[in-house]
Amino acid sequence: MPVSLKNEAAIAGIGVTEFTKNSGVSELSLAAQCVVAACDDAGVDPGDIDGLVSFTLDSTDEIELARAVGAGDLTFYSKINYGGGAAVGTIAQAAMAVATGQASNVVCYRAMNGRSGKRMGQGISGDIISSDIIHWSWYMAYGMLNPGSWIAMIANKYMHKYGVTREDLGRVAISQRTHALRNPRAFGYGKPLSMEQYLEAPVIAHPLCLFDFCQETDGGCAILVTSVERALELKQKPAVIRGVTQASTRGQEQMTSFYREELESLPEMELAAARVYAMAGLGPDDIDAACLYDAFTSEIIMQLESFGFCGRGEGKDMVRDGALDIDGRLPNNTHGGLISEAYIHGINNIAEGVRLIRGESTGQPSKAVEHVLVSSGVGVPTGAMILGQA
Amino acid sequence: MTEYARIKPPLGHDNAWWWEMADKGKLGIQRCLGCKTLRHPPRPMCGECRSMEWDAVESSGRGVICSYTILTHPKFPGYEYPLIIILVDLEEGTRMTSQLVDCQPDEVDFDLPVEMVIHEDPDGFRLPVFRLRSAD
Ligand SMILES: [Zn+2]
Repeated sequence: MPVSLKNEAAIAGIGVTEFTKNSGVSELSLAAQCVVAACDDAGVDPGDIDGLVSFTLDSTDEIELARAVGAGDLTFYSKINYGGGAAVGTIAQAAMAVATGQASNVVCYRAMNGRSGKRMGQGISGDIISSDIIHWSWYMAYGMLNPGSWIAMIANKYMHKYGVTREDLGRVAISQRTHALRNPRAFGYGKPLSMEQYLEAPVIAHPLCLFDFCQETDGGCAILVTSVERALELKQKPAVIRGVTQASTRGQEQMTSFYREELESLPEMELAAARVYAMAGLGPDDIDAACLYDAFTSEIIMQLESFGFCGRGEGKDMVRDGALDIDGRLPNNTHGGLISEAYIHGINNIAEGVRLIRGESTGQPSKAVEHVLVSSGVGVPTGAMILGQA
Repeated sequence: MTEYARIKPPLGHDNAWWWEMADKGKLGIQRCLGCKTLRHPPRPMCGECRSMEWDAVESSGRGVICSYTILTHPKFPGYEYPLIIILVDLEEGTRMTSQLVDCQPDEVDFDLPVEMVIHEDPDGFRLPVFRLRSAD
């Protein structure tokens, strides 16, 4: 009998730093701040942390963080590859560690000076010839140097096939900006966005314009995972992990899975969907709200199809019907998401999923929220998670 | 001559041959000697039959545009903007990423026929790019 992660672990604490464009402190400082904030939120002493999980892209190693926050003995630590594709994967690691007794209080964290420090998409080069460096070189040599260029290639093909317009992308951007207007943490707080502004913005990587791109942010976000039993004894209402998985599929590249027969879908996200629904014993109709990974607006529309909220090519129709709005079928990224809150590589979308379960989002829908779907990075090895009520 | 700013591919066991063919004006496609499957980008093993024996065939250089994007910002040294990047479905059946040259941004579209030409940078680095061709 295989071990299922259904209801084996819960998120008991979330912590964020302030989100800025210039933190003025080190990434280690941001990491320590958000990890302690997650512990305080849960009512767990940082000295009781015994597991840490982060991203391979994170500059703060687990032991540096452990010393900074005064953690005790660590019995589980790992880092997940593939940028934002790691987001939910960190929770999968933590949940496995908790379920198998490797650790009791595991904190997943991502802290980055993503604007003032090393920015994403500034090109990759190096003296060591690895298969990864050779992979990037097929694109770098031709001038595809950043995520916008890689995603645009897929978005353009997808939009062409299904008649998705720039206005549809704009609807996603405006929906999330509208959520951000209620969220004082968000970049988009106090900055409404109109369709006129959206359409007037210069195109950066056809068909994507400035407002289709996520933010670049300095900040940190941490998530504390423990057993459901223990979470029920702590300060906050637990967000129980109903299902969680990582997912990479045949022909997968990092950002550039251009060589599959069909480019207009996300096979890795469809795999993630099948697995989390099966693990949770749930389907799309059971999902009340979502935090779909949103480095780019086009990714939201494609994921509506991947997760079965509509058929192929119908994602745009859901968006036109206002599905993503606070009173819509699937309120999505009710904090503003990576596009209008902050870009903490998707960990901040997990935090929002927890707030929705607690009923504490600044964009809390009026309907009851039993289950929230959260996904990891799009166009990369990814993952998905369903959170539910205890 | 000082090196032109284009980011050069690092040349390793698994890819150097492709760039060496390009330097000779040829567009290469890797072919498995076990099952004859063509593959791109190159890899040391065939994912179909696991053979590590391969050779390279020379592509006709003819294909059609599968998808494209037009990059305008940010502008990196070593590349000319607006930069039209295309995915090309080659006649032989493989797909590759390249650049469309001698073409205005409003001329590019899906399914247009293209043909390979060799571009040479001021420092002598050569790479296969494509231009539009009239339909067959
Ligand atoms: Zn073979």
